[in-house]
Amino acid sequence: MTATDTTADAAVPPARDPGPGREPLLEIKGLTVDYGEGAGAVHAVDNVDITLHRAETLGLAGESGSGKSTLAHAVTRLLRPPGRITGGQVLYHRRAKDGGPVPPPVDVLAMNPAELRAFRWEEIAIVFQSAMNALNPVHNVAAQIADTLRAHRPGITREQCRERAAHLLTTVGVPAARMKAYPHELSGGMRQRVMIAMALALDPDVLVLDEPTTALDVVVQREVLAELVRLREEFGFAVLFITHDLSLLLEVADRVAIMYAGRLVESAPAQAVYHEPEHPYTRGLVGSFPPLRGPRRELTGIGGSPPDLRSLPPGCAFSPRCGHAFDRCRRDIPLLRVPPAAPERLVACHLDDPDGGSDAT
Amino acid sequence: MRPDDPVLEARDVSRHYPVRHVGRRGVVHAVDDVSLALFRGRITAVVGESGSGKSTIARVLARLEPPTSGELRLDGEPVGKPRGQAFRKYLGQVQMIFQDPFASLNPIHTVEHHIARPLKLHGPPRSKAEVHAEVLALLERVSLTPAEQFARKRPHELSGGQRQRVSIARALAVRPEVLLADEPVSMLDVSIRLGVLNLLQRLGHDDGLALLYITHDIASARYFADSVQVMYAGRLVEGGPAEAVTQEPAHPYTRLLIDSAPDPDRRGVLDGGRAERLGEAPDLSDPPSGCRFHPRCPLAMPVCEEKAPPKFSVGGGAGEEHWAACWLHAPEEQQEQAQEQEAQDQHPMTTGRR
Repeated sequence: MTATDTTADAAVPPARDPGPGREPLLEIKGLTVDYGEGAGAVHAVDNVDITLHRAETLGLAGESGSGKSTLAHAVTRLLRPPGRITGGQVLYHRRAKDGGPVPPPVDVLAMNPAELRAFRWEEIAIVFQSAMNALNPVHNVAAQIADTLRAHRPGITREQCRERAAHLLTTVGVPAARMKAYPHELSGGMRQRVMIAMALALDPDVLVLDEPTTALDVVVQREVLAELVRLREEFGFAVLFITHDLSLLLEVADRVAIMYAGRLVESAPAQAVYHEPEHPYTRGLVGSFPPLRGPRRELTGIGGSPPDLRSLPPGCAFSPRCGHAFDRCRRDIPLLRVPPAAPERLVACHLDDPDGGSDAT
Repeated sequence: MRPDDPVLEARDVSRHYPVRHVGRRGVVHAVDDVSLALFRGRITAVVGESGSGKSTIARVLARLEPPTSGELRLDGEPVGKPRGQAFRKYLGQVQMIFQDPFASLNPIHTVEHHIARPLKLHGPPRSKAEVHAEVLALLERVSLTPAEQFARKRPHELSGGQRQRVSIARALAVRPEVLLADEPVSMLDVSIRLGVLNLLQRLGHDDGLALLYITHDIASARYFADSVQVMYAGRLVEGGPAEAVTQEPAHPYTRLLIDSAPDPDRRGVLDGGRAERLGEAPDLSDPPSGCRFHPRCPLAMPVCEEKAPPKFSVGGGAGEEHWAACWLHAPEEQQEQAQEQEAQDQHPMTTGRR
């Protein structure tokens, strides 16, 4: 207790060693994804740096076209043409094996197909928005979970498969009696639970959730979220939670990253994003959703239209909609930096930039 | 007709859909005995989950489908059969905006064509120049400026919010008295929802349209509607002034709905403990007896299973009664009856505990 007190009193150096709770797990560095080729190419994800730490829930928010889903697909190497990863690294930090040395991180983007097959499901699993499309309609759910198990655990017996599938389904709150149900016989919430069960089948370290509850009703969404929070506590996996629903992220995520037009504009602890959003876009987003409880507050919203990636303005992509934009915003693309007042966050905005006056570039 | 009479009214409207399974016939009770009144200059929200029948209500009011039973009244007059002059007039007075602006506009036509068409079909004869001027005025009314430029665009050149504004302009072209908006912003990005909702609010409050706002998002209903009606499994369960319904919900279902909405101010509520199973909405081809919420209701009493609760007043204000269709709010004598019955049923347990 005293030890933590002293560290809290001492000024925290910005580049200190990550503590045990801040062990990086998935480091996305300079990731760029293009759709199309040559001059007509669109940068759907543009030079994004983001780190997911062990056992953390990182929320990724953004509007349609902000690149958040493309990012998820790129990280899991599920991107389909015309999407192409044109730059960057996705470093995955494996756990040390039983007291051995920590293995060097591997670049997911450099993996060959065999390595990828072993990596997916085993270490990273993804749950998509539409469970109906992700599940095979002609197989029952237990068989689909068994498929995953058999592919990754050769030699597993039929009986073990069945037991594991039953265990997984009960873990996520699907009664074991529904094991033999086909996807169409399950409700939307149940299907999404099955998807989560399947994702957890091989006990991955990272769970990527791409709009996992968007297609569900609020009451069911609540149940699935509560289940996820509980499972995370039980299994200790890290979550990359992607959604356009910022209010949901602010409630469940530890850290929230906001994307706009393919770039990261702000990343900060959820409470900081909610109470003191720094980037004007984040401020606009937080001021766009009406609160259900408490006093009615003025909603500000964001003027203008979402950006067209085919013809982005020079400089900051948000500048045409920003009430604080000045000359530099229309000229230079702001880079992510740590604001002096808040070492916990990253903001890509020229406002309050100490170098703002001088034209460094 | 007095100014504070409802413009459009649904009285005990039901809508059932026939279904045929192998060897079995039945009906889905999509909407049952719903009474709803829309007033000039007022925004009425109908809030419910998918499958609650909220869109069916809008479709019945727009007369896209006939009610199975019950009656619609426009300006106090019962409406007739869906044909002929009177029906045309009705369609001119009651307009609908759909959820998906990507599907409700024709990709091969310009914005001008979309808006000019109702003008030509419904309005008095106009010259080409007059129609064009009217189109521009409508585009300006929905803040699509410069209007000249937008008039020439096709849907694919517009963002979701702009498309929805075109749908609104198209609905306004026939100068309706009632606007039915079915989830008008749920397909739009968060940052532009507010703009479209503010536009709708302006049309209601400043231009005096009667507005029906169908949504699953109770928080937005609190902000943009004057009155909120909550729908569950085909029936209205609670209604009243927006602030009263959202801040002091009386029906257990409304409470569940509000408790389920994500709320950054309640961080950590989900942490720890097994997720509570709240159950799911019932199958409407075989709805539960009595109150349709009773199988999920934590406060259910025996009477809830037997008799469907009528509307009970739970307060009021802002010129509107706050009511809930729930036996918990039955006045004394009715509640006593209910409690007596409950006491009888639970008698062995109470004595056992003593």
